[in-house]
Amino acid sequence: MRSHVTCTINGDEVEFLVDDRQTLLDALRDELQLTGTKEGCATGDCGACSVLIDGRLNCSCLVFAREVEGADVLTVEGLADADHLHPIQHAFLEGAALQCGICTPGLLVAAKALLDRNLKPTEEEVRYAIAGNLCRCTGYDKVVRSILDAAAEMRDSAVVS
Amino acid sequence: MTADVTPYKWVGTRSIRPDGLEKVTGRARFGADYHLPGMLVGVVLRSPHAHATIRSIDTSAALEVPGVKAVITRDDFPEITSEEAMSGESVVDYRDLSRNIMARDKVLYIGHPVAAIAATTRRAAEEGARAIAVDYEVHPHVLTVDEAMAPDAPILHHDLITNDPEAETRGPSNVGKRHFFDRGNVRAAFDESDVVIEREFKIRPVHQGYIEPHAVVADTDEDGRSVVWCSSQGHFLVRTLTATVLKWEPSRLKVVPAEIGGGFGGKTTIYLEPLAIILSARAGRPVKLVMSRQEVFQASGPNPGARVRVTIGANSDGTIIGAEAWMAFEAGAFPGSAVGAACQTVFAPYDIPNVGIEGLDVVLNTPKAAAYRAPGAPIAAFAVETVLDEVAEALSLDPIELRYRNAAEEGVASTYGPTFKRIGFKETLEAIRSHAHHAAPLKANQGRGVASGFWFNAGLDSTATVNIHEDGTASLLIGSPDIGGSRASMALMAAEELGIDQERIRPSIVDTDSVGFNDVTGGSRTTFATGMAVVEACRDVVATARQRAATLWAVDVEEVEWQGGRAQHLSGSKPPLTLTEIARSAAKTGGPIAATAALTARGVGVAFSTQICDVEVDPETGHVKILRYTIAQDAGRAIHPSYVEGQMQGGVAQGIGWALNEEYVYDETGRMENSSFLDYRMPVASDLPMIDTVIVEVPNPGHPYGVRGVGEVGIVPTTAAIANAIYDATGIRMRELPMSAVRVHSAIERRSDDGTRTPVG
Amino acid sequence: MARVHLSGELRQLAEGATVIEVDATSVVQLIDRLEDRFPDMKGRLREGIAVAIDGEVMANADYLPLGPESEVHFLPAISGG
Repeated sequence: MRSHVTCTINGDEVEFLVDDRQTLLDALRDELQLTGTKEGCATGDCGACSVLIDGRLNCSCLVFAREVEGADVLTVEGLADADHLHPIQHAFLEGAALQCGICTPGLLVAAKALLDRNLKPTEEEVRYAIAGNLCRCTGYDKVVRSILDAAAEMRDSAVVS
Repeated sequence: MTADVTPYKWVGTRSIRPDGLEKVTGRARFGADYHLPGMLVGVVLRSPHAHATIRSIDTSAALEVPGVKAVITRDDFPEITSEEAMSGESVVDYRDLSRNIMARDKVLYIGHPVAAIAATTRRAAEEGARAIAVDYEVHPHVLTVDEAMAPDAPILHHDLITNDPEAETRGPSNVGKRHFFDRGNVRAAFDESDVVIEREFKIRPVHQGYIEPHAVVADTDEDGRSVVWCSSQGHFLVRTLTATVLKWEPSRLKVVPAEIGGGFGGKTTIYLEPLAIILSARAGRPVKLVMSRQEVFQASGPNPGARVRVTIGANSDGTIIGAEAWMAFEAGAFPGSAVGAACQTVFAPYDIPNVGIEGLDVVLNTPKAAAYRAPGAPIAAFAVETVLDEVAEALSLDPIELRYRNAAEEGVASTYGPTFKRIGFKETLEAIRSHAHHAAPLKANQGRGVASGFWFNAGLDSTATVNIHEDGTASLLIGSPDIGGSRASMALMAAEELGIDQERIRPSIVDTDSVGFNDVTGGSRTTFATGMAVVEACRDVVATARQRAATLWAVDVEEVEWQGGRAQHLSGSKPPLTLTEIARSAAKTGGPIAATAALTARGVGVAFSTQICDVEVDPETGHVKILRYTIAQDAGRAIHPSYVEGQMQGGVAQGIGWALNEEYVYDETGRMENSSFLDYRMPVASDLPMIDTVIVEVPNPGHPYGVRGVGEVGIVPTTAAIANAIYDATGIRMRELPMSAVRVHSAIERRSDDGTRTPVG
Repeated sequence: MARVHLSGELRQLAEGATVIEVDATSVVQLIDRLEDRFPDMKGRLREGIAVAIDGEVMANADYLPLGPESEVHFLPAISGG
């Protein structure tokens, strides 16, 4: 069985046909060529495929594509505005928070999910917020610091604006 | 320890990595991210048996499945004779490699490939795989070194004869190789020692755990050439290995490096590439193969498990006078574990006159082991560094002081033979001893441990090309995959040499047709060796730029020097010329400015790390929490300190996983029971503290910027530092990895049963 | 004369000698002369072996020159991660 799905991805209305058993991850990567979202395990254990669905953090490998009918999906490709990066992306670059970079899209999305609801997280809150995202390169040290830096930066600019 | 003032403008700064933008926006393309028109999807059919003879394979039904375009088996691969097996300069046995990629007469582990299918959809390919009929004759299997070395053990390879004098008469066995080193008289040394401690250790296999599964796309054309897109630690190695097992000329292959999503040694070999190439040839269309996570665990290289025995004898003043090690490594289905490296590194940090080392490479019915960060050394260090902790305790010596008194330094003959040049081991010990962490207070159930480690750096071959564009910017064409920020270190060294801003340099990792040969990104060699090629090529460019300035000024080139990134006339009478100005007029002064350096990197150093760790052990559950961790490591010179720290932190984090959680668990049939990230539990962010780093800089005199390789040694001491901390917290010596809550808890229980401090393991 | 240091299994093949002086100007020549002197060594220094010359371990050292005072060690070749 195939389904016709209409949803919003990274701000654009998108229509596509999917097999009923196809995951959102496979639909993003194989049907829509949005390969920024990565597959590390396909069992919901590594977080490399993290996306926001209506603002909530999900492993896209655990969601059927047809389930996002009418939903608002954000992937790593939608984090930056046309001409400037999201503060979290900036902080990851400044803080050398990536080595190989395969987990980075998922970590950025998970960090956004945290900072969207809590702009003043503690180190421990950051660690638990990204505990579903495996990174094998960094030991998380610079990732956690960068998310804390991004939070501070976003707090500062929120005060200004 | 990091020098506050350097003569450099760029080297040692924390610039933004050149590939950063692509990697935070999702644009970077990794192995599985390539889509070609008409591309087919492949799957691999794998053995359900740990040890069996393949009587027959019938693929006829699979070819009838709608959408299936090609099916390949052992019949599609050439036989590699034993004469051809060791051809070339590599340590790889090509016959074994070929048989690991596609089983021939026998399957040797669950997950061993027996066929591959390409179809228009994944579902069709999977249906095709189910339609293949394989007739197996199942044999008994062996899963541990003890089983494999038992007198009546089933033999995996009937042509495997151990390389020792008596083996000829004993016939085939599961011991592939016996390594044996000695110096002085270790038995006599033990007789003279005031303290002799002998202990045994057990280490389970662990996986490198890269987040990106192995992935490849191959497009083979009608002329028998193939373009291969894949992620690896070395696309030239992929070309060499693939061409050899296919018996192709290497030039028939163009390997395009995808971004690599972690490797840690596990992507210094091949699994899928020859299958994708042959499937593509049979189908006449591009084919993509991507491993599932379960396949990664079951069929790509774990780090070997091992049994280890270590004995150390010391005098009451703390001088180690004898050391002995026996190590048996689980090579997996084919010989070639890192036991030889373990033998060379086991006592390498120390100056010991009498040494005896024996290492056995044992085959068994598990996936063929692959390299993992400082291959072999962490296993050896777990044993040695915990025994040293006991020696220190027996002699009432501070464990850092014991190490310091015996530390190798310049001029000492290493335990593996050659004499050390300038090394920074003592400096790492001093860095930890003087660190605030070393004196911080501890509470109940908390403990502190230290340990040190050694690993080699590799030099090997690198080529790099520098092209200067007409706007004065530079492209670096590099053939070493960037696995952890090496583009940044290349750009910084090039900026320093060329005198232009790092942002004006674009390093690209290019395919096997677009730059000269490069050995793998491995052996901690890339910033050292490929960096050396970049520096040499830049110096060649500068020589050309001086010549062009001389032409513009109508003076002799000897009157032009390069200073501060600009051509200066010795007289000072002419306004200096920047590279940008020289580049702009290049067409008129002799044409394009470019240079290539191709070299075997000489002057390679070695690496040391010392680490200190605080743990808290929950006496109710045995759970070990890492409270604080500090690593000191000699980097020679940190070109980009953030990525040096990153390597140190990453090594420690992998060591923590190995120490506390990670292991392969096999059921009695030889099936891995925990082949998912849920059950194979790698550290997550909430498991770890910040990992503090001290970059020690004892410059390597063999490199223009003093670089030592930093990628690997950070993992070497970690399991022992944690074991020593657990002892400090609980009085229990753990001699089996991982030191999981279950094992620590049962050790605590055993002790409370008999009321003594019982060593376990 | 280059000084070749032998340990473990290689020493057994060299009738127990720990240090041998060999008149050779390259590694490949040195291996030839060792094999002439100790026939049991034949082939053992040509496969899966790294050579350390004056403290530096190298994988493909066959044609590297040896100095008159060079210290040479033969080690099993290893691979990094």
